[in-house]
Amino acid sequence: MTTSALFGRLTLDAIPYQNPIIMGTVGTVTILGVLLVAWLTYQRRWAYLWNEWFTSVDHKRIGVMYIIFSVIMMLRGFADAIMMRTHQALAQGMGQGYLPPEHYDQIFSAHGTIMIIFVAMPFFIGLMNFVVPLQIGARDVAYPFLNSVSFWLTVASGLLVMVSLAVGDFSQAGWSGYPPYSELKFSPSTGVDYWMWSLQLGGIGTLVTGINFFVTILRMRAPGMSLMKMPIFTWTIFVTTVLIMFSFPVLTVTLALLAMDRYLDMHFFTNDFGGNQMMFANLFWIWGHPEVYIVVLPAFGIFSEVVSTFSKKRLFGYASMVYATIAIAILSFVVWLHHFFTMGSGANVNAFFGIATMIIAVPTGVKVFNWLFTMYRGRIEFTTAMMWSIGFIITFAVGGMTGVLLAVPGADFMLHNSEFLVAHFHNMLIPGALFGYFAGYNFWFPKMFGFRLDEKWGKRSFWSWLVGFYLAFMPLYALGFMGMPRRMSHYDNPYWQPYLIVALLGTFLIAFGIFSQIMQLAVSIRQRHALRDRTGDIWGSHSLEWSIPSPPAFYNFAKTPVVEDLYAFTYMKENGINPRATAPFAPIHMPRNSSIGVFLGLFTFTLGFGLVWHMWWLVVGSLFAILSLLVMRSTDDNVDYELSPQQVAVYEAEAYQSANQASGQHAADLATQG
Amino acid sequence: MSHSDTHHDSHQLSAKSYVVGFSLSMLLTFAAFGAVMSGALKGATELVTVVICAVLQIYVQLRYFLHLDGSSEQRWNVMSFIYTLVIIALLVVGSLWIMYNMHNLMMPGA
Repeated sequence: MTTSALFGRLTLDAIPYQNPIIMGTVGTVTILGVLLVAWLTYQRRWAYLWNEWFTSVDHKRIGVMYIIFSVIMMLRGFADAIMMRTHQALAQGMGQGYLPPEHYDQIFSAHGTIMIIFVAMPFFIGLMNFVVPLQIGARDVAYPFLNSVSFWLTVASGLLVMVSLAVGDFSQAGWSGYPPYSELKFSPSTGVDYWMWSLQLGGIGTLVTGINFFVTILRMRAPGMSLMKMPIFTWTIFVTTVLIMFSFPVLTVTLALLAMDRYLDMHFFTNDFGGNQMMFANLFWIWGHPEVYIVVLPAFGIFSEVVSTFSKKRLFGYASMVYATIAIAILSFVVWLHHFFTMGSGANVNAFFGIATMIIAVPTGVKVFNWLFTMYRGRIEFTTAMMWSIGFIITFAVGGMTGVLLAVPGADFMLHNSEFLVAHFHNMLIPGALFGYFAGYNFWFPKMFGFRLDEKWGKRSFWSWLVGFYLAFMPLYALGFMGMPRRMSHYDNPYWQPYLIVALLGTFLIAFGIFSQIMQLAVSIRQRHALRDRTGDIWGSHSLEWSIPSPPAFYNFAKTPVVEDLYAFTYMKENGINPRATAPFAPIHMPRNSSIGVFLGLFTFTLGFGLVWHMWWLVVGSLFAILSLLVMRSTDDNVDYELSPQQVAVYEAEAYQSANQASGQHAADLATQG
Repeated sequence: MSHSDTHHDSHQLSAKSYVVGFSLSMLLTFAAFGAVMSGALKGATELVTVVICAVLQIYVQLRYFLHLDGSSEQRWNVMSFIYTLVIIALLVVGSLWIMYNMHNLMMPGA
């Protein structure tokens, strides 16, 4: 392949003109983008967006931006899914479907990468950004500026994946990118490089977030909040950050080794010259298995909050929930081999990891029983968030059982790499992670914006997703038993086709679910005055985030609350303690907004793009810019400011006024009623 | 607990602990070098001596330089340290076990 000094390996041929599907998508996205930019310019919203959102170091704003990013990426990931399902429903026997094999392979690789790294991760990171500091009574995270950097690194790497659509291609090696296929010899195009660098740069952002929240939770809890008085969602996030800190460095190193193979002609994972491709699988899953728990544990925390709130009870077995979560922090590091039982490690190794895999189902089972006992004899209120949770418990139990089945190495030899596996992990991740995030989104939305989401469209979206999920993935279990391998762009067995058509119908139903969620948001914004939450504690919940107005003032708490009980706010309500802080206020120390995070993201993107296309001047220039920005930030003394007590009093009055009625008043009312 | 000062600046005996740690480290280093260079020990004994000196020195440095001990201020650091050791041991030993098995079974004679 020829390279030029200016454009590296990039030529005009890299743009897939001849492919109408890609060019149609790129065209649509471009038109929508131009319309959005034009509208923002017409409305004169750029200054507002820049000053209030892009440069913000406020954990609440960053959280919301994470969620918006995740939703945009979900639309892309879901478009991939519906294309694959349509193609597979057609591509039997004489039917060739409509996607050439090399395009189909890119789609399933992009679907996996996007759904895990750019949908699941940013969605829960967004929720935890918003919720955790509020739950522990803190004013922000430990390192607010780093938080902004993490976000923009994530955006930069997501952008890299999106750009691969229009310029060049994406990896065809699956989301796990196993060598030797992902080596230069077998994948000479830039596809694998896009995959590798977007994972690498996004991973660094995630690692920084992990460190940030670990420190925040350990050091910034309100007085009185000992570890065993921490809300359960904060606990699950705490364990998640530990998993992030221990697993993401492994991914970073693994991808760096692969990069050296591809760029510097080294031989870590090649077939010859002493390389060992099996080491990649080993290292990848040392990260990859904890990663599964990284995306699922926060959802467990959300379900715990939602189930206890809408059952009008305290959580059953809080301590066992905490210990089950901690057990997962250790056990999730001893099961990784179950992703490659068939690679040939022998019976003893497989037996050890098979049994470890079955054991990790125990703490998860403990959690399921805790949720069930929390609901038992509770006065359950069937809100949308609660529906997502109940749908999760039932569906997740099915997925858990197929997982224990796959944990038997003998059975895995039959089902490995089949559609059964595809059905299993979607059965874990869609109800286990995604339903949880949707529950959290419905649950905390009123706290974010001061009005609740429409219930009618919310329930429509839930039922479409739930029924759509069963239609789309139960046939895949059957197909796995019938011997259908995963990732097939064409097949000859006519008996498979009806199942794949049912799966396609399920995907259409899920599409209606996503449409309903968009409608839910649109309808709620239109009717925001009717849906307004004036109490700050719309669901009658337990933890500190509900003790302040919705939306909270930018400094969260005018006075740091004192925690007496695990259910800190419930304790206040029951004992008639008004959570509203009263004058005299103390000065509040706040971080200043910074645009450096945005520019770091920008240059990280150009760095990734330069690396993908071997444009070395761009790589060096971007690295220099990143270094300069870091030096600039380190030498900047003007990074914080102080709010005077008078200002606090004004803002505090405003926050309660916009909530229209003091939540403290509401709490007092509840106390007198109760 | 979260607001208690967990910094070890409050240690009054800091200077003393660094001196003790430094002396012990030097002692253990010289012991290891001495064991090898004097030629007094042979084979397995020599190896075991060096390993014991190394492990002891790790402990000395953690105890006297990083101030990891059983006190309540250090509880989190000690727990993090032990967790790190456990996870690294699991991953390294597990990887070696897996790769050794695979190598023997999948690439015999390689």
